[in-house]
Amino acid sequence: MQRRNLIRTAVAMAAAPLLLGLSLGAQAADTIKVGVLHSLSGTMAISETTLKDTVLMMIDEQNKKGGILGKKLEPVVVDPASNWPLFAEKARELLAKDKVDVIFGCWTSVSRKSVLPVVEELNGLLFYPVQYEGEESSKNVFYTGAAPNQQAIPAVDYLMKDVGVKRWVLEGTDYVYPRTTNKILEAYLKSKGVAAADIMINYTPFGFSDWQSEVSKIKTFGSAGKKTAVVSTINGDANVPFYKELGNQKISAEDIPVVAFSVGEEELAGLDTKPLVGHLAAWNYFESIDTPANKAAIAQWHKFIKNDKRTFNDPMEATVIGFKLWVKAVEKAKTTDVSKVIDTLPGLETPNLTGGVAKVLPNHHITKPVYIGEVRDDGQFDVVWKTKSEVPGDAWSDFLPGSKDIEADWVTLKCGNYNTTTKKCSGQNF
Amino acid sequence: MSHAGNRSRNGTNTVNVSTVRPLLRVLLAAGAFALALGARPVIAQDERAAAAAAVGDLQQPAALVAALPDASYADKQAICERLVQTAGAQAGPVLRALLDGRLYSDAHHRVVVVEGESESETVPIHDPFSGAALGSAASADLSRIGSNNMLRKTLKGLLAQLDLADVDPARRLAAVQESLRSLDGATIDALRARRDQEPDDKVRRAIDVGLATADLASDSADARLAAVQKLDGELSPEVYNALQALVATDEAGASREADERVRIAARQALSHIDAMRSVYGAVETLFFGLSLGSVLVLSAIGLAITFGVMGVINMAHGELMMLGAYTAYVMQQILPQHITAATLLSVPMAFVVAGVAGVAIERGIVRFLYGRPLETLLATFGLSLILQQLVRSVFSPLNRSVSTPEFMSGSWVVNDALSLTWNRLYIVAFMLLVFVALLLVLKRTSLGLKVRAVSQNRAMARAMGVRTEWIDALTFGLGSGVAGVAGVALSQLTNVGPNLGQSYIIDSFMVVVFGGVGSLWGTLISGMSLGVVSKLLEPYAGAVMAKILVLLFLILFIQRRPRGLFPQKGRAAEG
Repeated sequence: MQRRNLIRTAVAMAAAPLLLGLSLGAQAADTIKVGVLHSLSGTMAISETTLKDTVLMMIDEQNKKGGILGKKLEPVVVDPASNWPLFAEKARELLAKDKVDVIFGCWTSVSRKSVLPVVEELNGLLFYPVQYEGEESSKNVFYTGAAPNQQAIPAVDYLMKDVGVKRWVLEGTDYVYPRTTNKILEAYLKSKGVAAADIMINYTPFGFSDWQSEVSKIKTFGSAGKKTAVVSTINGDANVPFYKELGNQKISAEDIPVVAFSVGEEELAGLDTKPLVGHLAAWNYFESIDTPANKAAIAQWHKFIKNDKRTFNDPMEATVIGFKLWVKAVEKAKTTDVSKVIDTLPGLETPNLTGGVAKVLPNHHITKPVYIGEVRDDGQFDVVWKTKSEVPGDAWSDFLPGSKDIEADWVTLKCGNYNTTTKKCSGQNF
Repeated sequence: MSHAGNRSRNGTNTVNVSTVRPLLRVLLAAGAFALALGARPVIAQDERAAAAAAVGDLQQPAALVAALPDASYADKQAICERLVQTAGAQAGPVLRALLDGRLYSDAHHRVVVVEGESESETVPIHDPFSGAALGSAASADLSRIGSNNMLRKTLKGLLAQLDLADVDPARRLAAVQESLRSLDGATIDALRARRDQEPDDKVRRAIDVGLATADLASDSADARLAAVQKLDGELSPEVYNALQALVATDEAGASREADERVRIAARQALSHIDAMRSVYGAVETLFFGLSLGSVLVLSAIGLAITFGVMGVINMAHGELMMLGAYTAYVMQQILPQHITAATLLSVPMAFVVAGVAGVAIERGIVRFLYGRPLETLLATFGLSLILQQLVRSVFSPLNRSVSTPEFMSGSWVVNDALSLTWNRLYIVAFMLLVFVALLLVLKRTSLGLKVRAVSQNRAMARAMGVRTEWIDALTFGLGSGVAGVAGVALSQLTNVGPNLGQSYIIDSFMVVVFGGVGSLWGTLISGMSLGVVSKLLEPYAGAVMAKILVLLFLILFIQRRPRGLFPQKGRAAEG
């Protein structure tokens, strides 16, 4: 094995200058390369394939307008196959071999964490379009999905103030996003005077299907005479049997509403929505919101994908926003040079599809409106609440003891993890 | 793994159990490892007032209903309230139709009711008030009049008021129970007025409970005491919370309830209720465990035949279940109007589909690999990947939605503290049915006799004139067919997708190994006990930990008793 590796390395080293020359030659052909790093096979393919198509749609549109800086855009699509270490390898391939100017990619937090060191080492540029648990701000990453204060916290505020919820069930799938989000929510609820006895936290494995005792526990917890709600970070297809069991045990949305952070239009498409009707979801975008920009985007999507039954969802909007911001930055900087684009991005603005403006903040997050929607029987959402204005994304939660004093600012402080009490930059960005 | 491969070369069809064991240990460990990884309200108060003003001029019930299709949710709420004021009990059918999502507006902008769900192009429509038939309308012309949470809540409250005088006692009972949830002056008066004219005993008792609960807040200590005594043994959470309030103390430690007698009585009543609740809670946990156990037994029982009787490690067993689940999906697509019939028919269909697939697998692959467990394992594992990809290509990588027949949804309410979901009850019954049928086939038919003969002594059976090759194929087909049937049951509980089989394969092996390879009874007992144990652990350890603990227990158990709970005895087992 070792010898073979040695030979391979030798061959690779010999070939490297050749390849380098080739790819430089390719670049000289005047295209701007856009890397797409989304799983096209494996468990995450269901969600991520749509995002790959979204990026291709945006590239297609930009090329019709004549590209950027007189150059056409060229997509480089790779398949990390829902395999987290492979994400890092593919990212390295995109940056070192294909020399892409920007990467749009990742869905799960664990895939992003595996890509981060590579992107930082090779000074790449990654746009990450999915809502996530925060506690991160890398110089080379722009987070166009929601941070916890742009989804979880407003949703809890809505339940507390408008629905009058007093007792809380935090139900999640057992991995990093639900655990961190629930830690933040627990701290937040306690800071609002909710007693520990009024919070119940549960975790279940991926793909869990035997919900009977979990739901029965929720039912008992909810019958203590105080208004109860479930905040669900249950991910993936475990949601279907969960809502089914709620229906079977006669827990209706009027009694114990469930607000979900991972159930959107794409997940509801082609699903028996009957047991879900009336339950809530918190997102920064809903397909049903009636604005001209949204209608145009959906029409464009249907035309591109050649199927007008396909849904449009929140991470897709975040991808669109990220792409538009990157185009603006390149045009303003007049170069695709990563360091210059990164310096140009903070402060840029682009309109959201649902109204308002997405503005890039110094912490590499953006401003987003927050909507709460009620599931309708056609798989779409009725917006029942929205924030007055856009909420700026906060990289480091203000409600966790470890991250309260930490601030990310890549414009003035040039630091992703600046401690405001000790006045030190730890350099630990994730 | 190589250890197992080296030792199994006796050339017979029956694989020595002990050679399979290390493999299983690996499987179990892999299972354990896999587990270890693992503002502004839109409808504001002032808007509601404005909505009320907007419908202010409308007085006629017909005009009010006609305004529903174009109304906002807030308007709809105002309309419904006005409708109850003007039309009284007549408004009932309209509100119920709106609540159930059966109210539509048609091409002529008339508000109509559509009964039942139908996929056909034209559907019969009815008048919302009288229910009289109005002919039929094209489905495409009908648009549903939607509702949201707040509206549905209002509707339930309004219906509870109306239903208090309904002719149907079941509806009256539901109305009383609904009003119990939000007792205020008006509902208490309505209940009191209803009390003496109520003919039905059950409903009267429910009203009594409601009135007694209201009396707990009475000014007179005697009335409170009488109410507490009347409520002793009532299980509804509303009563429990009201009683709890009597024994609660405020911040200073002083009792909220002034009268000592009431406090003592309330404490006694609560301890009674607590005792009853814990009994029912135990029953519920037991039921959860048995129903989980039934799922385990169903998914393992086919394997108990192919693995237990024939000794074939069939890693594609889960995919055979998946085939069964997809059969249920296809049957529902063929008969979209008759979900119940389609689901029932898919049971024999799934048996045939998976059974034929099983025979094909045995004839095409497994028969060349008898006595070589490692190769069988790899070949069937590869086959499972092929089957998954096949389903991905034919159907789609996305999960398919299989509808639940009407009779299987909802739950059987035993009392306020205990209700059992129908789908789980049916699964338990179905599992027993399959188990008995299989037992009869093996013990009472000539096929069963031959199967047992071949598994015990192949050479002797052949000498007696049994066509062992065919028996092998049929046995494998039988086990696979049962897996298909299990798949139909699973389609009612979990997601039907290409990965369905993978999530059950480890559990299946676990059950068979724990029960003792080759023993159907062992499979039943082990499935049931594993189900109950994990449900007992779940409330304390959580779902993730419970599963890990069960796997750990199994690993230790296999160390002590490698042949499971009910090991085969006699010469056949020595192999």
